[in-house]
Formats: sequence, C-alpha cells, structure tokens
Amino acid sequence: MADKPKLAIWKFSSCDGCQLTLLDCEDELLSVVGAVDVAYFVEASRETKPGPYDVSLVEGSITTPHEAELIQQVRKDSKFLVSIGACATGGGIQALKNYADVSDYINTVYATPEYISTLDKATPISDHVQVDFELRGCPIDKGQLLEVVNALLYNRRPNIPTHSVCIECKRRFTPCVMVRGIPCLGPVTQAGCGAICPAHERGCYGCFGPMETPNAASLGQWLLDKGMISEGDLVRLFRTFNSDAPAFRDASIHFEKEVQRDG
Amino acid sequence: MADKRNTTIEVDYLARVEGEGNMFIEIKDGELQELRFGIHEPPRFFEAFLKDRKFTEAPDITARICGICPVAYQMSSVHAMEDALQAQITPWIREMRRFFYCGEHIQSHILHAYLLHAPDFLGYESSIHMAADFPKEVEHGLQLKKVGNEIMEIIGGRAVHPINIRVGGFYKAPTRKQMRDIIPVLEKAREMARESCKWVATLPFPDFDRDYTYVCVHHPDEYAFSEGNIVSNKGLNIPASAFNDTFEEIHVEHSNALHCRFRDGGGCYHMGPLARIVNNFDQLPDDSKALADEIGLTRNVMNPFKSILARALETYYCTGEALRIAKEYELPEQPYIDLDVKAGIGHAMTEAPRGGLYHRYRIDDEGLIKEAQLTIPTSQNQAMIEDDLRDFVPKFMHLSDDKLQWHCEQAIRNYDPCISCATHFLNLTVKRS
Repeated sequence: MADKPKLAIWKFSSCDGCQLTLLDCEDELLSVVGAVDVAYFVEASRETKPGPYDVSLVEGSITTPHEAELIQQVRKDSKFLVSIGACATGGGIQALKNYADVSDYINTVYATPEYISTLDKATPISDHVQVDFELRGCPIDKGQLLEVVNALLYNRRPNIPTHSVCIECKRRFTPCVMVRGIPCLGPVTQAGCGAICPAHERGCYGCFGPMETPNAASLGQWLLDKGMISEGDLVRLFRTFNSDAPAFRDASIHFEKEVQRDG
Repeated sequence: MADKRNTTIEVDYLARVEGEGNMFIEIKDGELQELRFGIHEPPRFFEAFLKDRKFTEAPDITARICGICPVAYQMSSVHAMEDALQAQITPWIREMRRFFYCGEHIQSHILHAYLLHAPDFLGYESSIHMAADFPKEVEHGLQLKKVGNEIMEIIGGRAVHPINIRVGGFYKAPTRKQMRDIIPVLEKAREMARESCKWVATLPFPDFDRDYTYVCVHHPDEYAFSEGNIVSNKGLNIPASAFNDTFEEIHVEHSNALHCRFRDGGGCYHMGPLARIVNNFDQLPDDSKALADEIGLTRNVMNPFKSILARALETYYCTGEALRIAKEYELPEQPYIDLDVKAGIGHAMTEAPRGGLYHRYRIDDEGLIKEAQLTIPTSQNQAMIEDDLRDFVPKFMHLSDDKLQWHCEQAIRNYDPCISCATHFLNLTVKRS
C-alpha cells in the first residue's frame, strides 16, 4: 500500500465535468484506484490524506483570491502537476469575464453584490504555477485521461497528439463540413475529441483549445471571405471555452476590432 | 439524552457532492443555536456572459454550468428558446429528447446513489472503501452508470457536454443500427436496475418524516421530464411562464447561491426525485408502480433519506422508457425544425435529475440574448436543506459529534446537491460552544 503513488484531485472554478470523466471510466475505475492511492478526491470520498502527493490532477481556473493562494500550496505539495480541462488550461467559459467589467457581472447575477468575492480575471493554472503537463478539452477525453495516468504510473511521457482536429476527421473518413459552407474551427483546434462535431454535421467549436502553432487569424479571415460567417459570430466562435488561450484570445480581439471599425 | 453539551461542528468542504459546499452547526447548552448550509463554489456569472450571445449558443454554453447534468441545461435552454420563437417541435424530436433525458437520469442517479450516497448508509468514507465489502453492488452500479452514458453518447455525441443538441432539435439522427444495438444492453440494464432497487431498499433509513411541499413538472399523459405545468402536492398548478410570479430568489450572506421560496409566504419547497414520485406516481407504468410497492416507496413518502429509493426507482423507469423508444425508433426526414428568428421571451422548466431547472430568456430580432435567468434545482432546494437540518439536529442531538456531523452530511446529500450549478454553491461547520 505504501508503495502506491499518491494521487490527488483538486477542483478550482469549474463544472466538475473533468473530475466526472475519471468516474466515467466505469470499466477501468476499480483498476485505477487499485493501482494508486487516492489520497485526496473530495467529490468521491470523505477521507482526505495530507500531502505530499506524487500526482495532482487540477481541474478549474483561478477566479478568487482564495484559489490563487491554494494553487501555490498544491504546487508545493505535488511532485507532478497535471492541469485537466479547458478551465485549467485555457481559463474556461468563466474567462469571458476577462472581456467585461466584473462589477457589472456581479450586479447582473447577485442582488447583494457586497457578499461576493472574486478576482477581475479568470486565468489558467499555468499563469500561477509551473505545470508539468496539460490535458485539453471541455470536457477532457476519457481515453486521454487514462493515457496520462498510465504514462505517469510507468514514468513515461504521455502520448497525446498536438495536431489539429482535421487529422481526426480524415482518420474517420468524415467529409469536410466546410465544403458545405459550415464554418469550422477544426483546422486550428487540437485533436483529442475524436472529431465528433463534424461527424455530427456541425462545425468544430474549439472546445479542445488551440493546436500547436495555429494560424487562427488566417482561418477567421478565410471564413469571412467565403461568406460562411459574420464578424460578430466569428468573435463569439473564438470566445467560448478556451477564451483565455493566447491564440483564440488574440483572434477574438483582432476580429472584434474589425467589427468595431465596420460598426 | 444529551446533556447540556456545547459544541461546534464545522465542515469547510463537504465531500461527495458536486462542487464546494460548507456546513456550520452551533449547539449551546444542548440547544441548537445556529445552523448554516452555504455554498462557497466561486461565482461564475453565467447570466451575465449570456448577454449578447446568439440564441443558438445557449445549449452549448449553459451545459458548461454542470458536468453532471449538462443535458438538463441543454433541455431547459432549447425548450425556453423554442417558446420564445413560438416554434413547435416534431413528435420525433420530442421522443428523442425523452431518450436523451433517460440517459442523464440513469447516469446521474446511479453516480449519486452508488458512488456518493450509499456509502453514508453503510458507514464508508467512499464507494472505493465500500467496494471492498460490496464488490458486486459497486460493479452493478458502474455498469448501470455506463449504460446511461451510452444513451447520451448515441444521441448527444458524448456524455459530458454533448454536442448534438441544437435549438429546434438535433444536428444528426442516430442510425438505426445504433438504436438497435442498445436494445439488448437496455434489457440487461433493466434487470440490473430492478436488482439495484431491491438492494437499496435494504439500507437502514433514519426515522425522520417531514411535511413537504413537493414541486415538479407534471404532464397528464406521461412521467414528466420536459413538458407540462409546474405543480405541487398542495394544489399549485401553473405554467412555467408564471414561475417568477410564484417563486422568488433571495441572496443570503453565507452563500454564493441564491435561495428560493414561495412569494406568498408559503416558505421553501422540495424538488427532485421524491417530488416527482409523489406528484407523478399515477403517470408511472404499472411495472414501476408494482416495484415501488415492493420496495416500500409510497405515493406519500415524506422521509428525505428515501430519496435514494426514488433515484433507484426512476433509474428502473428510465431503462424501460429508453427501451421502448429504442424499439420504436425510426429515422426522421430531418432531425431538427427550421426556425424563424424574431424577438421574444421564452420560459421552460424541465426536470434535471436533482429537480426542476427553470430558464427564461429574452432575445432580440437578430436572435441575440438580451436577458437570461437560470434558476437551478440546488438553489431551490437550498432553503429546504437548511430546514431539514434544523429539524434533524435537535432530534438526533444524542449522537456523538462525529456521528451527528456524518448524519448531517448525509441529510444534505439526500438532495444530491449540485454545487457547481448553484453558483451561478456548499462548505459544513457544527459548533457546540
């Protein structure tokens, strides 16, 4: 028992979906918990063991002063820190507040805003501490999560591709949806989901975040030139679940300026 | 009997709930002084950033409120948008939404019943600890949960944050083969769900009955998920559009989630599987009614700890309903309806696994969202959870601090609170001074 690596699962601002993905590994769950010592996983267990931990999986983005302090402690207590999911790696949907005045937001949602404590920005984990590996997706893919856990157990690098969704479409023989005029972020989005949106006859909306070296502005311009999308819709398309990932953030700001110039 | 004890029970980060909640209980001279159930999950401001998004984005964006019940968000948002656009969906779309909802109810109910709640009844810290002594039961639970996920994958593309849902229907219809292949899986699941009901019925239930006002969606012809009026066991019967005239949300200092109550002074109310069983018992098919009788789940159940029985029974119902839909499946001409964009206001309440989820949107003539209101089951149940604890603690004051704390946590988990949802919520503290 003492030899098993200690695993901790942390939650910051998020929807719990990425942690749930671990519990969704129904066929593998009992083997995984047999191979590691689940030392900290509040969503699943009342029992919590103190650090240090061999591996920490971190879900969620940093949105409150308390979270900004806690992540420093998690880093100190963890030998290997993996951020999981779009919130932890790209800010998540809550990073949309980075484009607005937060006091307006608090007033919109809460009748007594003085009770609310929040930071001006929602930021990825890597903005705060050194991250050893990032697993993308909103939500993360079950198979990729198992690959990361397996790789760490065997002390090897996780085999997670960084190419675009387009490659996955080709592999599953899905005809390109853009041929039919449906705008798609597949060419600039990292693979991992299995290209499920084009397989369901809709364009990729970028939930796995930018691929390695994407040219998001070029894709955006091309979609505009082909008349597939309006400028307003293009800004919204880049600004969803990874809106604080630099490539998507820059593209959304670039096209927002175009909207303002034309408006 | 206890004594003139002074104690404080304080739980900062409640386990086995989705998201971050807390509890604070203070007992002085053997009397309950203060009790708070709060939600410290960071606020995420969904209603604010929905403003100026396209109406078509609502199902994908609101799904991200909760990884446990994204289907509920997708269903409430599409129904509310279709109400705003005065669009009528086809019988095929309606049926496939039921199929979709069956998947989420199975997945979420089993996750809660087996992995989060059952360990409380048996005194285990987690289902992982429980699995050592109850391997067959945990294995059955995981297999049933997987069937729920498979249903959502067939119609939604994936189980967490499905991608195949659009306002007006679905992007793509499942193939005949997909629907045919799930039939034997569902037949097996139905037997497992029946066994699971019988096992859950053997758990020890604390003797604790209350007088609840149960609120849920009701449909005269079917066990309601998505369509129908909002009703209670005390005579309420209103359309979803009258939600804000009937209920109000209030902001309390100890919680990042809003509390809900009746506007007319009727106090708080109870939502979720018990409410549905009580209000919609007549709409259950005969075999589900017979199984309910067999496991001691009556149409006037008032013990909140028996919510786990209601979850098990609904899981059984959902395997049967999904099986019916799979067997009758035919391909549609088009899996969605075409929409005319116009300005309007739309409302919908649909039944998330943990209770009614109300959405209201105002959109402009370009289809941009101008106002969004999302009133979620856990904030609606939050006041009732505190009310239960206020009644529970004095009755179980003879327990040791550790046991009292554990039972209070269990009483909170009766509601399957989803705290990630509630902040748009939980942290437990017991103090005996």
